Amino acid sequence: MGDKTVVTVTVNGEEHEALIEPRLLLVHLIRESLHLTGTHIGCDTSSCGTCTVLLDGRPVKSCTVLAVQANGRAVSTVEGLEGPDGLHPVQEGFKEEHGLQCGYCTPGMMMTSVALLAENPDPSEQEIREAISGNLCRCTGYVNIVKAVQYAAAKEGVTA
Amino acid sequence: MLPSSFAYVAPTTVDEAVQALAAGGGDAKVVAGGQSLLPMMKLRLAAPGTLVDINGIAGLDVLEEADGMLRIGALVRHGDLERSALVRDRYPIIHDAARHIADPLIRNRGTFCGSIAHGDPAGDWATVASALNAELHAVGPDGPAVHSARDFQTGMFETRLGLDQVLVEARIPQPVAGQGSAYLKVERKVGDYAAAAVGVVVVLDGDTVTEAGIGLTNVGPLTIDAAAAAASLVGRSIDDAAALEEAGRLAMEASDPPSDLRGPAEYKQDLVRVLTKRALRTAGARARGEQA
Repeated sequence: MGDKTVVTVTVNGEEHEALIEPRLLLVHLIRESLHLTGTHIGCDTSSCGTCTVLLDGRPVKSCTVLAVQANGRAVSTVEGLEGPDGLHPVQEGFKEEHGLQCGYCTPGMMMTSVALLAENPDPSEQEIREAISGNLCRCTGYVNIVKAVQYAAAKEGVTA
Repeated sequence: MLPSSFAYVAPTTVDEAVQALAAGGGDAKVVAGGQSLLPMMKLRLAAPGTLVDINGIAGLDVLEEADGMLRIGALVRHGDLERSALVRDRYPIIHDAARHIADPLIRNRGTFCGSIAHGDPAGDWATVASALNAELHAVGPDGPAVHSARDFQTGMFETRLGLDQVLVEARIPQPVAGQGSAYLKVERKVGDYAAAAVGVVVVLDGDTVTEAGIGLTNVGPLTIDAAAAAASLVGRSIDDAAALEEAGRLAMEASDPPSDLRGPAEYKQDLVRVLTKRALRTAGARARGEQA
């Protein structure tokens, strides 16, 4: 029971192989096996969303996905956002619009926002609020987070 | 929090999944989206010896109309239903419910069939499936088996699904002329279970109700098929306020909610009464092609 198994997961475009127990959660694979600690663990009960990563492009709570279920699939984390030209527009938006204070929810907020803008490049305020409704912030408040996403949408609209 | 250790099996066919369940000897669980099962395993409320992951089985993501039925495969996520134009245009009760299940992130993983198989009376889909009179198609060692969504749940987290069966697909009758439906849910906040929710389906001939189905969520130990409330509407006008009031009262009488953090029992019962009437008005408007 619980024999270790080899998984191959592409994280931020780079293929990783790991020998893991089937009960290992995806967030632990990301943080402890791959040492990508930008993805945070918050509530650990699938409530807060700070562990949000993209699994094959869709945002999911990585505390509630088994690492073995990511075998052969693509994962994107906050570390993959910055490109050769600097910050991702969503990152820049959070910086410019003061979309964070303590920063704990920020990686999850940004991954959810990136997925939203990929699907809906020009979201309304209501659509932004609905999209981030599974991500909790306990200090900045949502006003500036919404502004940060709007900033990114405007910026991406210009560059696209 | 980590789950207890388990053996992990990732079959690529339904037959392999059935074999893996049999090999697990009653201590194996199917995982699809895992958004209810994994939290329970992390809290050690569940500790299956074997986890049979069906995510690698091709074809279980089917979402299409065929042979007079809407087929919802075991890997169709809440978010797939939320985003489906077919569902939005033809099955408003499903679209309504999909938009308010858990939160958008969980909706990208959790599945329609998994929610029903989980057997939680707080699950929205069991109510929707009951109101729509869905067939639940399973496969076990003895071959296929079909369960009715209306009496599928037998207890808290217990259903008619055999321990050696995989629920592969739900099939929902395609809407007939004059059909309308709606799902109304009151929740304290995004991500919470319903304080109460009501799903209704009506078929109208002119203004007269010829068929109805009403399901109730999280207001008793089981998902509730409010059959008496639905039957009371047949032959009456959807515009008859007294008929709607009676259906609301009968739905309320079918409910048996506990008092808890989501409110006292009396409040939840009154929610059932009011939500039933509102959902019927919305479904009636939709049946007549009006905006609602």
